Order: sequence, then structure tokens, then C-alpha cells
Amino acid sequence: MKRYTGLLALAVLFVGPLVWALGVSFKTQTEATRVPPTLLPAEPTTSAYGTVFQGTTDTPVLRWFANSLIAATAHMLLVLAVSALAAYALARLEFRGKKLMFGMIVGTLLVPGFVFLIPQFLIVDRLGWLDSLTALIVPGAAGAFGVFFLRQFFLGLPRELDEAALMEGANHWHIFWRITLPLSRPALATLAVLSFLSNWNDFIWPIYVIFSPEYFTLPPGLSILQGAYTIHYPVIMAGAALASVPVLILFSLTQRYVIEGISRSGLKG
Amino acid sequence: MVAVSAKQAAEETPEREVRVPRAGKATPYLFLAPYLILFSVFVLAPALFGIWVSLHDWDYMLEGKPFVGLANYTALFDDQSPVYGDFWMSMRATGIFTVFSVPFLVVLPLGVALLLNRPFRGRTLFRGLFFAPFVLGVAVVCLMWRLLLDPNLGLVDWILGTPIPWTTATPWAWIALVGVTVWWTLGFNAVIYLAGMQDIPRELYDAAKVDGAGRWGEFVHVTLPGLRPVALFVVTTTILASANMFGQSYLLTQGAPGGSTRTAIMYMLQQGLREYKMGSASAMSYLLTLALILVSVVNFRLFRTRS
Repeated sequence: MKRYTGLLALAVLFVGPLVWALGVSFKTQTEATRVPPTLLPAEPTTSAYGTVFQGTTDTPVLRWFANSLIAATAHMLLVLAVSALAAYALARLEFRGKKLMFGMIVGTLLVPGFVFLIPQFLIVDRLGWLDSLTALIVPGAAGAFGVFFLRQFFLGLPRELDEAALMEGANHWHIFWRITLPLSRPALATLAVLSFLSNWNDFIWPIYVIFSPEYFTLPPGLSILQGAYTIHYPVIMAGAALASVPVLILFSLTQRYVIEGISRSGLKG
Repeated sequence: MVAVSAKQAAEETPEREVRVPRAGKATPYLFLAPYLILFSVFVLAPALFGIWVSLHDWDYMLEGKPFVGLANYTALFDDQSPVYGDFWMSMRATGIFTVFSVPFLVVLPLGVALLLNRPFRGRTLFRGLFFAPFVLGVAVVCLMWRLLLDPNLGLVDWILGTPIPWTTATPWAWIALVGVTVWWTLGFNAVIYLAGMQDIPRELYDAAKVDGAGRWGEFVHVTLPGLRPVALFVVTTTILASANMFGQSYLLTQGAPGGSTRTAIMYMLQQGLREYKMGSASAMSYLLTLALILVSVVNFRLFRTRS
């Protein structure tokens, strides 16, 4: 019983603020500015969502939502494809310089990300990708985490199936596609969710490489929304809800994969 | 896309053909190529290019980018230079934030992990609830807390019955930044601890019981020592994350009051990507990296001598 009291108190601390903020998005502007604040909306309304969905030229919120969805999905697919291929080579194939290459890739995990921001900006500029979704999709896929994470998982798979397939004349493409990938579904799902989430939530990179409102994703968009609507909190919270409800649903459906993936890779890293 | 073409390639190869069961010389490189191209362009090249930039008076807006040697670095230590005051104020802000957030983010998650460590009904649910804020982005978290911490309209001051200006005056701004960060990322560290606890062999607990250890004895003599590698990981990553702090200051306090909560990353990016003084900003990023390396080395030493 004592355990549940503590847990429930903590749960209120963690979920309470979320629920209250979500409640504000259903309040009228008058109620949201009432002092003292109300706990839950007295006359719930969806008018803030109407404002958000309608958008303006400077705050095309639905467009941001679409951009976020496109960028995060494309980024996730790119990460899965390039990381799985590279991880297969590093886990299953022999070649010169393998150790050095793996060391170099993993070594970059230790370099703080901010070091890359300015030179990456200059490179993305040189490629002509500034102010486009490409800048949000591609550079991040060079991160070492996916390769490292999948390599560790591939190393744990039994080799007997590979060897049997090789004896029967299969080549490495076959083995990769028909054996390794199907056996790695949980790891691939974890990496898919993690890379989707990190791209969906990214704030620091898009605020510097995107300039036009129509190419913003939701996180930088939300800070524009805040500037445009200052104390129109129902509208701001409706925007925040739009950015968080999809990931909360995704998380609740894949909780086990996400948490186990994080704790496993965290410990071995 | 690459995976799809791999599948097609696989299907076009005749299945019955007898092959030497060894990879061709090029095979590993074909598998690696897509990633290595990205890695070279967006990780290796920037890492080296950044050093080059830091040795020049690199203004994005100007044609000439004269070589200045180490001048961008020495300027950071010269109290006559225009960047000196603001840079060290931002380093101080990052330092304050790190010093006050790391202890909470190392200790509190341990307590939460202990609560979750034994099997009970609803455990997965609670674990998910504590982890949920971490799934949200910094933008959502900070917008939400700006409202919650609003002295007039927010829930926090209303519950406390205080008129505290959480985001516009120190020390409140620091408490807000640390508190919001703890709320946001506590679940992540708790999950790491929890996984570490589950790796501690049950026999150790049984042995402790035989020796007459109570709950506290178990914690001190079995759980804590068993968690040492995990704790090292948690401390290291938390220090790195705190030193990387950017979004919370940018969104929650906007550096207020008077730039005192503007962190080093925030100042560096403002110099580099708003005012386009990229040489100076790159030099700052390497200096900060050097500081982090020193902190990590000290950290590893401390954990080693304790064992």
C-alpha cells in the first residue's frame, strides 16, 4: 500500500502537468486568462483547435504537422536502411580495416553534437539544402547510434542459419534480407521508433537551417506560434497537443521496445 | 530505398547457382557504402572542417575569410575582446546549470528505479508514466511549463499561493530550468538504473538476507555496488546532456534576466548561426569540448578510485 501511495503521488507529478496543459487547449480565451486558474475547462470548446487548424501565412500549423510527419518518416527509413546495411558488414563480414572503421564510427558517439552544428550548416549550405526538408532528413542519418545498436544485435544472432544458407549457395544479400532482417524485427522496431522520435522532436537544428514558415516542422513552429499568440494559451497548447499526442500514442503502443532498447543500448554503450 | 533495391538484387540472382561460400572482395564495401558516404559528408568532414573554420575570421556574410591562426581561441581568454564577457557569462550559466541539475538527475531517478524494481501490478504502466515526458520534445515541454509557471495564469504559483516570477528573475529562473529538466528527463535515467538493477544476480540478495541484512543493508551492500558501472554511465551522460543544454534556456527563460541564463551552446549558436561569426563560434565549441573531456576524465578517475 505504501508503495502505491508513493507511486500515485509521483504519477500525479508527472502526468498532472500534461493533463492540465491539455485541458487549457480546450478552454476559452476568457477562461484561460481567468485568475485564479481553473483546474479543468468549465465550458470545454474546440475553438483553439479551429484556430490552429485554420492557420495563417506565418503560422501554417497543419503544414508544419505534415512537414514533421514527412521528415520524421523519411529520416527513420533512411536510418534503418543505411544503418542495417553497414551494421551487417561490421557484424558478419571480414574486411581490411574493419576494427579501425568501427572504432572511428563509435568514437564519434563520444563527441558532443554541438561541435558539428556550425560546419554541418556550412556543408548543408554548400549542398544547396538550406531551407528545405532535405536538411532535416539526411544529415542526421549519419549518426553512429543506429549502426552501433544494430551491430550489437546482429552479433547476438546465431550464425548457423547464415552458414547453412551460404552452403546452399545464397549470397550475402539473401542472408541479409531473408535471415538477418526478419530475425531482427524487435531491434529494427526500436531503432525505427527512436529515430522517428528524435527527428520529430528536434528543435536546435531546424531553427537554424529553415527560414521559411512553410518548411518548418512543429517544434520550431511552436516557438513561432508562441511569439504570434503570446498569451492566447489555448491556441499555443492546442499546437503543443498536436506535436505531442502522436508521439505519446506511438510511445504507448511501443513502450516495451522503446524502454528496453534504451536501457540495453545505454548499458552496453 | 536501399533496402528495396537490395531485395530486388537478391531476387534476380539465380537461387540454384552454386557459389563459393565466401563474400566477394567488394561485398563489405557495398554494404557499407551508403552509410560511409553520409558519415564522411556529415560527421567526418564537419569535424575536420570545423577546426579549419576556427582558424579563420570566418564570416558567412563576407567574401574574404582571412586566416587568423589561434586568434579566435586567444580572444576567448582576452578580457579586452568583444566576446570575452558574454562568452564567460554563458560558460558560467552552463556551469551553474550542470552543477545544480546533475545531482538531482543522478539521485532522484535512483529512488524512482528502486520503487519500480520489485514486481507488482501496474509496474509497466507506472514505468511508462514516469518515462512519458521524455518522449516529448523540448519545445512542447517548455511551452507547457511557461504556462504552468506563469505568475498569474499558471498552476504552480496558484498551488503554492506565491507570486514567484519563475522565468524572469534569478534564482527562480535556475530553479525553473533545473526543475523542468528533472521533470522532463528523470524517466530516462530511472529506466537505465532499473535495467542495471535487474542485472544484479538474485543470489547476492539471498546471501545478504542470510547475513541478516535488512532493506537498507541490501541497498548499501548489494544494490549500490552492483550499480557502479551503470552509475558511471548515468553521471557521464547526464553531465554531457547538461553541458549541452540549449532548448530550455532558449524557450523557457530566453536567457533572462539580462543573459544570465544564456548557456554556452546558446551563445555559441547565436554568434555562429545568427551573427554568422563562425570562426569564433567554432573556437568556442572546441574549447567547450575540451572542458567536457577534462570533466569526463575526472569523473572516470573518481569512479575508479572508489572501487
